[in-house]
Amino acid sequence: MTSATHPAAGTHESEKPEEDDAAPLLEAVGLRKSFGPTPALAGASVSVRPGEIIALMGPSGSGKSTLLHCLAGILVPDAGVVRYRGTEISALSETRRSALRRSEFGFVFQFGQLVPELSCLENVALPSRLGGMDRRAAERRAREWLDRLEVADLAGKRPGEISGGQGQRVAMARALVTGPRVVFADEPTGALDSLNGEHVMRSLVAAAAETGAAVVLVTHEPRVAAYSDREVVVRDGRTRDLSAEGGATGGAARER
Amino acid sequence: MSIGHTLLGLLEGGPRHGYDLKRAYDERFGQDRPLHYGQVYSTLSRLLRNGLVEVEGVEPGGGPERKRYAITDAGITDVEQWLGTPENPEPYLHNTLYAKVVLALMSGRAATEVLDSQRSAHLRLMRELTRRKAGGDLADQLVCDHALFHLEADLRWLELTAARLDQLAAEVRR
Ligand SMILES: Nc1ncnc2c1ncn2[C@@H]1O[C@H](COP(=O)(O)OP(=O)(O)OP(=O)(O)O)[C@@H](O)[C@H]1O
Ligand SMILES: [Mg+2]
Repeated sequence: MTSATHPAAGTHESEKPEEDDAAPLLEAVGLRKSFGPTPALAGASVSVRPGEIIALMGPSGSGKSTLLHCLAGILVPDAGVVRYRGTEISALSETRRSALRRSEFGFVFQFGQLVPELSCLENVALPSRLGGMDRRAAERRAREWLDRLEVADLAGKRPGEISGGQGQRVAMARALVTGPRVVFADEPTGALDSLNGEHVMRSLVAAAAETGAAVVLVTHEPRVAAYSDREVVVRDGRTRDLSAEGGATGGAARER
Repeated sequence: MSIGHTLLGLLEGGPRHGYDLKRAYDERFGQDRPLHYGQVYSTLSRLLRNGLVEVEGVEPGGGPERKRYAITDAGITDVEQWLGTPENPEPYLHNTLYAKVVLALMSGRAATEVLDSQRSAHLRLMRELTRRKAGGDLADQLVCDHALFHLEADLRWLELTAARLDQLAAEVRR
């Protein structure tokens, strides 16, 4: 592995990045982002500790997905910084950010993320293959993860031949197969009924607990958010972290 | 629902007579249950005793209906604390939550504060139920799910209210 695939290893201040539980693993400070004249983020800050599950909540159009994309290095903010293990990822080149995403992050979205021409097994093996792993090893790991998400029997099927809930579990396996330090999940249960949503969330939380991965979860469903350790409310492109303020005491407006 | 706090909240707009207070209350919050005059006067005399309101003027004649009540600084602090403290999450809170949001808007406070702190309190209980569910048998799971769905309904209602705050503010200030 070169320093390009592991940017944190190339920085001076973190020779040996310790997973100090108190220090943030991933952190955004004062993010601003506009699409043309539309401001999507207007001063958003979030801090994610190792292994922590954070729920981003708030009304439609408030900037949750934009914030998630900035945290994950998919989008670059107009102002503000995003740091992953102390490295300012918003300042990295697209090539390095994409290497970082592949090696450190996993992604689950609402739908349509599996490659339709590949079998479920091949889909889940894909991230390892892209990382340079040989086919047999990649497929062995893929099978393990399909098994853990209780969809091993779907290995040979194509995405078009399985249900939405099964598809989400396969997508979850694909997100987790590389052992990411952060899993980004944008409405992962949005297209599922309650029972399937529960299954997907329980699998995600269990896998995250086991591997020590942090999770950044966007959801508008309170029952899904209840799987998080902490919620951050996004409103008009600004964040409000009530749990960080020590819960709900005092009525004075703090951010307005 | 706390009648005392609601009356105090209404008095923040200016001093009122008891009958006037009852009318304002019934109009905004009394859809299901209008107040009795007896309730209004007993509540006002308790607020008076606790120094949260004072009698601002007495018109000639006798009886409680001649008095005009005004909120005191202690009363304002009391309303402030009530609005800033989330309700204990439980199903069917909408009366109290609605009153809090309307009173916050009427007094020019940030109503999103009421919503956000309530969400945080609800989610804390929902997390606990979710954890209990994970460790329980099927019966536990079903019982927890029932509570979770009810709490979720409250929160969805809060979200919807938050999305309509501007509209509600315009109506409340009319
Ligand atoms: N690629 C884009 N081009 C133009 N405008 C965008 C783009 N992405 C987001 N926006 C705008 O930025 C704002 C925030 O969008 P975002 O998708 O982050 O909201 P969200 O909170 O995820 O909403 P939802 O709950 O509906 O998914 C919106 O006004 C949206 O229209
Ligand atoms: Mg979105």
